[in-house]
Amino acid sequence: MPATDVSASPAVELINVSRRFLTPDGKSMTAIRDFNMSVGRGEFVAVVGPTGCGKSTTLNLVTGLARPSSGEVQLFGGPVNGIDPRIGFVFQTDALFPWRSVIDNVVAGPLFRGKPREEAYAKAREWLARVHLSGHESKYPHQLSGGMRKRVSLAQTFINEPQILLMDEPFSALDVQTRVIMHDVLLGLWSEAKASVIFVTHDLEEAIALADKVYVLTSGPATVKSVYPVDLPRPRVVSEIRYQEDFIALSRTIWDDLRDEVERSAARDETLAA
Amino acid sequence: MTDAALIAGVAFRPGTSDAEIEAAAAKAARDRRRKVLFWRWAILIVMLGGWEISARFGVIDEFFFSRPSAIWDRLVEWTLEGTSEGPLWLHLWVTMEEALTGFATGSVAGIVIGIALGRNQFLSDIFSVYIKLINSVPRVVLAPIFIMIFGLGLASKVALAFVMVFFVVFSNAFQGVREADRNLMANAQILGAKGWQLTRSVVIPSAMSWIFAIIGAIVGEFVGSRHGIGLLINIAKGTFDSAGMYAAIVVIMIVALAAEYVMTLVENRLATWRPAPLQDTH
Repeated sequence: MPATDVSASPAVELINVSRRFLTPDGKSMTAIRDFNMSVGRGEFVAVVGPTGCGKSTTLNLVTGLARPSSGEVQLFGGPVNGIDPRIGFVFQTDALFPWRSVIDNVVAGPLFRGKPREEAYAKAREWLARVHLSGHESKYPHQLSGGMRKRVSLAQTFINEPQILLMDEPFSALDVQTRVIMHDVLLGLWSEAKASVIFVTHDLEEAIALADKVYVLTSGPATVKSVYPVDLPRPRVVSEIRYQEDFIALSRTIWDDLRDEVERSAARDETLAA
Repeated sequence: MTDAALIAGVAFRPGTSDAEIEAAAAKAARDRRRKVLFWRWAILIVMLGGWEISARFGVIDEFFFSRPSAIWDRLVEWTLEGTSEGPLWLHLWVTMEEALTGFATGSVAGIVIGIALGRNQFLSDIFSVYIKLINSVPRVVLAPIFIMIFGLGLASKVALAFVMVFFVVFSNAFQGVREADRNLMANAQILGAKGWQLTRSVVIPSAMSWIFAIIGAIVGEFVGSRHGIGLLINIAKGTFDSAGMYAAIVVIMIVALAAEYVMTLVENRLATWRPAPLQDTH
């Protein structure tokens, strides 16, 4: 493909994507429909929507772990063929290998990709220092706190130097104070790595505090309801930004939009349960 | 602080130092361990003593139940002079050889085939029905068949041991692979793991914890049920030598305990990553 075309294309593009599932009892279910999204290079995009609306499905389509039923997913202007090595993924739940020590967890990516051991371990120690975990190399995940485990996950992901970073409600299991610290850690790493980020969350304030652009999804089947640019200056300090006037105004506007979908989703759950 | 006070069973005055609290807690733990040990021995002594006395005074028939001192004498005699069928060590070795060979081959085959079938949905759909079928055959029924095929020597017993271990390990390895965390698999794949790397870094470790859960439990039972020492029991039974029978059982108990102890050591060595179990009084 021509070089000019590739350099101009966004990092991630979903064009009219739909994804259907077969439920266990053999019924076809649409998770996302006519989904359009574009993530520029180095851009931080947050995706908010009611629970269970298909946010995670969107991410799986980008990783190549799932394929769209129709439409197209493009990475840097090219099609997705299997799992792309330029992608990093931070999971909601713990996805560290419990039988590996902290450093062996971080070193996993480079070793899988065939880096020499010495180089991989040196790099892993460097990344552990960056997430302030030096001295914990030989501990096992169960010996760490939730926030520390998340930092190991970040190091494990960032060591592969992903150009596209996908995050699926990564901090939702953490307590509020730890979460704010993790936001700042993430923004620090992101501003150095220059990766494009898709950050899925159900926490609107988290979305606004972190992102350049917030996508609001409809209740399932998910499609994009509206897109809000976030013009807050960077670098941001997440613990303070939430008290700024324009932050509050923006979060009120987006919440008005999101609330309809959340209510609709809740109402539907109730009818299903009844 | 309140916890420590509770453990020690002592109310601390305000101003008690941490060192004092820790010392009191350590002392309480030591006392508890001693108490447990004391009662274990006490029960053993009372039981053996009761047995000995009731046998001597004719409360129970010594012909059927023997008595501890006679069993002890038999054990000493076996150790020093050997049994009527040759030295005790030989019997022990025969038992261990059968058990270990069958155990090793059975678990390796079980792990390999369990993981292979667990990883391949298509193969496992095909073979699962046959494995269920073979697994439903009681092992005792297989013994005469193996003796017919392999003769009376080592091979038939190893084959039986193999079958006993294989199915247990196989089904646990299979289960372990199936239960491997989907998130972990996805994470490893995105980090760059392919094919064999994925099997080695996620599938085998998650299967191992399932396998170990069961191996420790069967090893003891297994050692006791095999021939060699089993033969001693048979002979003792044939000659109405009740002391000999009980002595053989004691030997089996000792071997089984030792085997289980070794398995626990191996498991702990391989599973340092697991959260430490709650403190046990062993």
